[in-house]
Amino acid sequence: MSFAHCCIPSTENSAWHMVFLIGSLNTQAPSTMASRGGGRGRGRGQLTFNMEAVGIGKGDALPPPTLQPSPLFPPLEFRPVPLPSGEEGEYVLALKQELRGAMRQLPYFIRPAVPKRDVERYSDKYQMSGPLDNAIDWNPDWRRLPRELKIRVRKLQKERTTILLPKRPPKTTEDKEETIQKLETLEKKEEEVTSEEDEEKEEEEEKEEEEEEEYDEEEHEEETDYIMSYFDNGEDFGGDSDDNMDEAIY
Amino acid sequence: MTQAEIKLCSLLLQEHFGEIVEKIGVHLIRTGSQPLRVIAHDTGTSLDQVKKALCVLIQHNLVIYQVHKRGVVEYEAQCSRVLRMLRYPRYIYTAKTLYSDTGELIVEELLLNGKMTMSAVVKKVADRLTETMEDGKTMDYAEVSNTFVRLADTHFVQRCPFVPATENSDPGPPPPAPTLVINEKDMYLVPKLSLIGKGKRRRSSDEDATGEPKAKRPKHTADNKEPIPDDGIYWQANLDRFHQHFRDQGIVSAVANRMDQIFRSLPVGYNISKQVLDQYLTLLADDPLEFVGKSGDSGGGMYVINLHKALGSLATATLESVVQERFGSRCARIFRLVLQKKHLEQKQVEDFAMIPAKEAKDMLYKMLSENFISLQEIPKTPDHAPSRTFYLYTVNILSAARMLLHRCYKSIANLIERRQFETKENKRLLEKSQRVEAIIASMQATGAEEAQLQEIEEMITAPERQQLETLKRNVNKLDASEIQVDETIFLLESYIESTMKRQ
Repeated sequence: MSFAHCCIPSTENSAWHMVFLIGSLNTQAPSTMASRGGGRGRGRGQLTFNMEAVGIGKGDALPPPTLQPSPLFPPLEFRPVPLPSGEEGEYVLALKQELRGAMRQLPYFIRPAVPKRDVERYSDKYQMSGPLDNAIDWNPDWRRLPRELKIRVRKLQKERTTILLPKRPPKTTEDKEETIQKLETLEKKEEEVTSEEDEEKEEEEEKEEEEEEEYDEEEHEEETDYIMSYFDNGEDFGGDSDDNMDEAIY
Repeated sequence: MTQAEIKLCSLLLQEHFGEIVEKIGVHLIRTGSQPLRVIAHDTGTSLDQVKKALCVLIQHNLVIYQVHKRGVVEYEAQCSRVLRMLRYPRYIYTAKTLYSDTGELIVEELLLNGKMTMSAVVKKVADRLTETMEDGKTMDYAEVSNTFVRLADTHFVQRCPFVPATENSDPGPPPPAPTLVINEKDMYLVPKLSLIGKGKRRRSSDEDATGEPKAKRPKHTADNKEPIPDDGIYWQANLDRFHQHFRDQGIVSAVANRMDQIFRSLPVGYNISKQVLDQYLTLLADDPLEFVGKSGDSGGGMYVINLHKALGSLATATLESVVQERFGSRCARIFRLVLQKKHLEQKQVEDFAMIPAKEAKDMLYKMLSENFISLQEIPKTPDHAPSRTFYLYTVNILSAARMLLHRCYKSIANLIERRQFETKENKRLLEKSQRVEAIIASMQATGAEEAQLQEIEEMITAPERQQLETLKRNVNKLDASEIQVDETIFLLESYIESTMKRQ
């Protein structure tokens, strides 16, 4: 008595495979098989339902067993129905592609932070790579949102820069000085509402970000003699063409 | 939520909002309601990123929040709403057919931004329309307002829940999050605004006209200084209303096809006399499709459109069509047979369909394995002995529809992935062509000779051009397929929803 696993292949990558445990259909009576197996195999070849009712008669040749997963791109037996064409179809298609492109440009599309380059470059200081302090680019109605979602925006003021620039040699007092400066500037800065717990975390973040302050664009202007596009290193060239948006966006 | 739906949501979020929003969104869909810190911890994202992502998701009505006890705010994602993003082009196109370009742009702006105030929408749309008009012409705010009001009256746009004005002088700390309310009668109430103005063209010369460098201009434009008259009143697109429209359209077109079949020989004019109309309706009522039912004879009889049956018929037609296209017309014949007779034995199928036993068997198993057809056991004896049990083939429309819907989700996910793959493969080429186009555009603007333009165009070689053509064709095909599959999804979802409501 031989057993065969029979997988009926499905036409696509689905998880359903019906597995039939079928004995080869011979005309031997079950009782003789049982006695040969010493009683162990009694009923092993029997199924819970009548094979004939499902349509597999005795002695019928079964399809060969499948020993490998179904092919990734099985050959199509029938040609697919043609896609809708015509004015409506074209228009909706164009709309779809346009929407896709448009959404990528909106402030709601959040890009992950650009990874730091290997060497710090001078122009990095003048690259406005993102909104100030990682805040969001657009203005939601904060009255409708939970308070905890607001990200504190720090507005730098002139006084801050003069305090930070001179560096103090002893390292221990540097920390103390920084804390004092921070406390002073905290009073002077405009703040938006945050929760108590966040403030400590913000302070830690501030300490780390001391070195990499993002200055307001206006302050940049006063520090250099060049316009901002001077520091363009050509990385976004070609991605900024807003004028010819009638080309299809992929 | 099934894996297939989650996967599709992930692709949609990533394509429209980027990876960070996708990570947070998918996490919420998988885990259900969670507070801010848990989200940050479980996804390994910084708190700031999570906040940004949640703001975007809430703005677009994909996530809602709830204040629980002890002031903890929990966020919950709406998976089905995310899936609706597939249908945005269809909503916009419908608005166009009903309310022309103005309506189209209003709905587009609302969908792109999630929610907006009426004044903001009107201004934006007026500006956009003005851009497309001839020089010197502008779009008046009043016209846009009118269209907006019509959209609100027909319920295609609705008001978002808002923060109730609290009159109590509660000295306690403000709640961590506002509780938003809306009641039925306010939902389509348009605020009395007198929006006066015209659309503005965005001209690059304007920015240099003032003589100051761009950066020195204040970040906030002058408009923000004026008080917004409808501050706090936000509008969103009412997707359910669009769905209603689609459903009606589907039924109408199905009936129209039916009418064509029956009345092709009769002249169809617009002045249909009462008698003829009566005949039409009677025929429809008797029609096996059972779209129209006659209830009572008072006043000549009232005709009712049986919505559930109509949806059922549409769903069944979809199933039949899928079987036909996947397995061939003979399989389809068997399928329709089993559908019609409800339960059939193996032998009966062979007889009725007039298909040889072997082939009939093969076809039945193919359909069985893909769950279009199911087996029903009817025991003759109480001990359910297999030799004494009837095994009948039957079509369970609800479960077949569910199965097909699941496959649709997988299909669309596959389509999107393939499209992204194709785009990524040719990324370098695409960027190059975009750069060349930008160069050409700028050169044309500054007035360049034909020869120079020719030179630049030749930067893209002929085989590269070919590659781009192929890419464009493939992407278009994939996109069109997505749109097509979404229509099927809508049909099946409507049917399933209607059936579940009746149970």
